[in-house]
Amino acid sequence: MIVAEQKPIQEIKAMIADHQKVLVVGCATCVTVCMAGGEKEVGIIASCLRMALRIDGKEPQMIEDCIQRQCEWEFVDTLKDKVDGVDAVLSSACGVGVQALAERFPNKPVYPALNTSFMGMPKEHGLWVENCRGCGNCGLGRFGGICPIARCSKGLLNGPCGGSQNGKCEVSKEMDCGWQLIYERLKRLDQLEKLEEILPPKDWSTDRDKGQRRMYRGDVYYEQTV
Amino acid sequence: MSKQFKDVLASGEFVITSEIGPPKGTNIEKMLHHIEILKDKVHGMNVTDNQSSVMRLSSVAVCHIITDHGGEPILQMTCRDRNRMALQSDLLSAYVLGVRNVLCLTGDHISLGDHKGAKQVFDLDSVQLIAAVKSLEAGQDIGGNKLDGGVEFCVGATATPEADNMDSQFLKFRKKIKTGAGFFQTQAVYDMVKLKAFMEYARQSDVKILAGILVLVSAGMARYLNANVAGVTVPQELIDEMAGAEKGKALQKGMEIAARQIKQIKDEKICDGVHIMAIGKEEVVPEILSMSGV
Repeated sequence: MIVAEQKPIQEIKAMIADHQKVLVVGCATCVTVCMAGGEKEVGIIASCLRMALRIDGKEPQMIEDCIQRQCEWEFVDTLKDKVDGVDAVLSSACGVGVQALAERFPNKPVYPALNTSFMGMPKEHGLWVENCRGCGNCGLGRFGGICPIARCSKGLLNGPCGGSQNGKCEVSKEMDCGWQLIYERLKRLDQLEKLEEILPPKDWSTDRDKGQRRMYRGDVYYEQTV
Repeated sequence: MSKQFKDVLASGEFVITSEIGPPKGTNIEKMLHHIEILKDKVHGMNVTDNQSSVMRLSSVAVCHIITDHGGEPILQMTCRDRNRMALQSDLLSAYVLGVRNVLCLTGDHISLGDHKGAKQVFDLDSVQLIAAVKSLEAGQDIGGNKLDGGVEFCVGATATPEADNMDSQFLKFRKKIKTGAGFFQTQAVYDMVKLKAFMEYARQSDVKILAGILVLVSAGMARYLNANVAGVTVPQELIDEMAGAEKGKALQKGMEIAARQIKQIKDEKICDGVHIMAIGKEEVVPEILSMSGV
């Protein structure tokens, strides 16, 4: 899932301070699960903004809503009437949702309430970790299901650096050394020979380096008319 | 020294290298002084590459200065700050400037240095960097494009004999050898038992191994290394020895320890040589060498 966290309220306030009527809209998928931008958080963010702006002598109108997914037109389109009635939209979705609203409502300012952090999962309650960088060419098969791109702080492909100690990374004693995890797991699986291969430099052309990535599938494609 | 580093390695002579740290800024006076002191005392001078992720004068420029002064530089190249284009380009540049030795390293993480918000690179890892040098030597870049004039380097790498994950460290070590590393300069070692255990493994190959000797300047430094530097462990008896030094004599004690270890490594033929790191105190290296009798 996409993991995000709320921006400081002062930063959000500065973005919307000049608007009188604002639609605060949440997303009921990833950011609800990571407790950053769902229905409940929309309520909290809107209340905080009302209070913060009143202290400045303003009387803003905050309208609250939450849709199933801000990254699909089908749900985004249900907001049309509400968006028409406000000066601006504050989205508490990930960056994908914010941009979907901006694209769908070209005449309305749309602002982000969250910082989109990473693709990951809740490892424990209240602790989320990044596990995938979305590099576009998955190598998990050779690394025992543990990604060195996402989980080694240097993204090394041919083994650990010298900065690993007690299974932790040189960056932080809280962070597992990704390579130690890979090594231990392949040892357990009796597949250490997989690591002997000298891997060539990674082809980053499937990563972000070619600009915005697009995926086209002719078998399911049809042109949508709006 | 007049001999090229690769010839010294091949000769079987006990090899001595040390380190030059480029300054943060353009005042090279102190560094030139260190180069003058060391150039006839060691077989090669490593030039660190934005050491500890701190931005400094470039290692290629300083290597060139060393060749100008009649010394034998070993260019340290890390993968942190340059992508494969820049690394290869700098290797070509170093070669035309007269540099003939390169040490390929991963590099410290960017967050350990003085530009914590910078975007780190690690487009290649140290094994792939060694492979890149070998490719340039074969006359083509790693994109498979022909070069008009190649390079010829004596290629080295690093190893960490005191790491607590030696199994996975050996995996990397094997890959570095397979890719073409001809010599290794190790991370600082203080525990000769661990060094011997490492060497027992390393001797399965004929690569040359220079043991890293990091000169202690205080008991506090030893404790700092133990607490903060992965793969370096100063044994308690050495910490006690440093702590027991007379006031103002701690550096002297650190030099004695370094000299003792160098002598032991040479006398017992534990390694093929030593790499002496005296971060910022390079002027003491000749005295350490004379104390050690090598």
